[in-house]
Amino acid sequence: MFSYILRRVLQMIPTLAGVVLLIFFLFKWFGGDPADIMVGLNATKAQVASIRTQLGLDRPVWEQLWIFVQQIFTFNWGKSWATNEAISEIFATRLPVTLTIMIPILLLQVTLSIIAGMAVAYVRGSLLDRTVMLISTVALSISLLVYIVVGQYVFAFLLGWFPVQGWSDSLWKNLTTYAPLPVLLVVLVSLAPETRLYRSFFLDEIGHDYVRTARAKGVAENTILFKHVLRNAMIPILTNVATLLPGVFIGSFLIEAFFSIPGLGREVVTAVNRSDYPVIQAATVYLAALTMVINLATDVMYKFVDPRVVLK
Amino acid sequence: MSLDALQALPQSPGVWASAWKRLKGNRVGIISLVITLLFIGLVILAQLGLVAKDWQTEKGTAFAPPHFIGKIVDGSQTAVVEGAQGTAVDISDIDPLAPRYKEWAERAAQFKTSAMEKSDTLPFGADQLGRDIVSKVIKGAQVSITVGLISALFATIIGTVLGALGGYFGGKVGDVLEWVYNVFTSIPYILLMFSVAAVLKSGPLAKMFNGGVWTVIIILSVVGWTGIYRLVRAEYIKHRSREYVRAAEAIGASHTSRMFTHILPNISHVVLVQLSLHVVSFIKAEVILSFLGLGVPLDMVSWGTMLTEAQAELVQGKWWQLVAATAMMATFVTAFALLTDALRDALDPKLR
Repeated sequence: MFSYILRRVLQMIPTLAGVVLLIFFLFKWFGGDPADIMVGLNATKAQVASIRTQLGLDRPVWEQLWIFVQQIFTFNWGKSWATNEAISEIFATRLPVTLTIMIPILLLQVTLSIIAGMAVAYVRGSLLDRTVMLISTVALSISLLVYIVVGQYVFAFLLGWFPVQGWSDSLWKNLTTYAPLPVLLVVLVSLAPETRLYRSFFLDEIGHDYVRTARAKGVAENTILFKHVLRNAMIPILTNVATLLPGVFIGSFLIEAFFSIPGLGREVVTAVNRSDYPVIQAATVYLAALTMVINLATDVMYKFVDPRVVLK
Repeated sequence: MSLDALQALPQSPGVWASAWKRLKGNRVGIISLVITLLFIGLVILAQLGLVAKDWQTEKGTAFAPPHFIGKIVDGSQTAVVEGAQGTAVDISDIDPLAPRYKEWAERAAQFKTSAMEKSDTLPFGADQLGRDIVSKVIKGAQVSITVGLISALFATIIGTVLGALGGYFGGKVGDVLEWVYNVFTSIPYILLMFSVAAVLKSGPLAKMFNGGVWTVIIILSVVGWTGIYRLVRAEYIKHRSREYVRAAEAIGASHTSRMFTHILPNISHVVLVQLSLHVVSFIKAEVILSFLGLGVPLDMVSWGTMLTEAQAELVQGKWWQLVAATAMMATFVTAFALLTDALRDALDPKLR
């Protein structure tokens, strides 16, 4: 086990190095001169030169790359080009907000779609099953944006069940007042495709011999579904949750922009519109590293969920 | 074997002919094919300027409702100022500009202004500026579908060429490409899009594309090729040592010729299905990008920009733009997705 994890961590190094190189050279070659972006049109030559020295732009490319790598490992990215706020400060204050929205979304989404997927798998082939599948096909063709626009209008504006948008400093107030509508909308919209996915996981298992054996010896259908099938379908479920996990940390851009939630996602969108490169670079590099760690953790989890899995 | 016997052999239909035969038998497939073709026809007509050319003219009053609703009378009246009391004082003798009024009136008469008749209702309403929603949604279809098709085409070309190289040669080339693939997929999709968007926004390339639709196309295709690469690579690994490829090698076919004239036609169904899957997801991605301000420029219209405008309109009760854009987009996307399913079934009957 230990040697497996060690080997996987070593394998991550070239990929992570690739991410760093990709981001560095993408912004270096195609990103334009940071000094020009920062000082605007009416800058004197001296101002531009001073910024270039500050950012190390007057040094050779390899030294600049080294500075970039140092920034990644020391978490010291300097200050935002647009607001002069420390980048580490931006991450420290925006990430909790994003998590307040995204953790309830992930929990609700996974629980509800497992239940719905199982229910639909249980009645497979029936009219209800086909109706659900048809609805999810049609529902998928409408843009997420439409659901959010209409959802906000109906639930917040017409019915007044929730505030239209907003955010406060108290975690409890956020969770009970401001978060429910965005959470509800995202969960509802993702329910159709997720149910379809989980249904296929369960249907793959229901066809197996052990299910027939359990039925033959008289095990109740509920026990079969929740004890036998669910346990065996854990691997694809885990894989699916692992693909959703990195998104928890970056948040839903659309939701945060739409409901004016001051999270990381909105911060990155603003940074793109303001050409605030360090924020985008930091978010991209850390999220890529996090994705790799999550993937490794998932592979290790397989072993705990299903002892038959051999890690090699 | 005599020549007669050779000719008597039953002719086997080609891949595409038999796929077409299977597709014809699929009723859902045919209906979605017809709808898709209608949309493509509309896009071509709009591109040629035959329809929706005047989408920017302000034909109606602001937020003119659709015909079937009729003119909205909201009861409020323009305030009427009670006529000022007293008689107007003739000030022409002290007005310093008075001698020139006649001259100005003559000069003004030389210019013809035609007041445009703004209608109170339009077939499906008007937007904030009074532009006809019907022409707008057609123009939006043109932009959205073109963006989706072109970026899916680019992504497919990048993915197919890299996948072919990686799968066919394997070895060092394959390792390098696998590394590139791992790097691209380890960065969350949307963050990579934002990095490319940021660079295209203010980098040296910004002037080249000038914030036009090409920016969106590049963002989508640079980021979206990885899935296609993976599948095409797997197909090439499967095919590279098959007998027909060995036979081609034996008669002296070059690597390029084996890759693209021998193997590629045999895996073209995989590529075609991926292409159409990506058209759908890129059209949806364009909506999100436009909402976040990274999509098509302001002087153009796409389904994404229409839906973004609709957000503010809905609160005022002006639902027609939202409904028009959503309905058009849902119809096209559903038809295209069903067509993709039908294509997959028709091209690869072994699946399922």
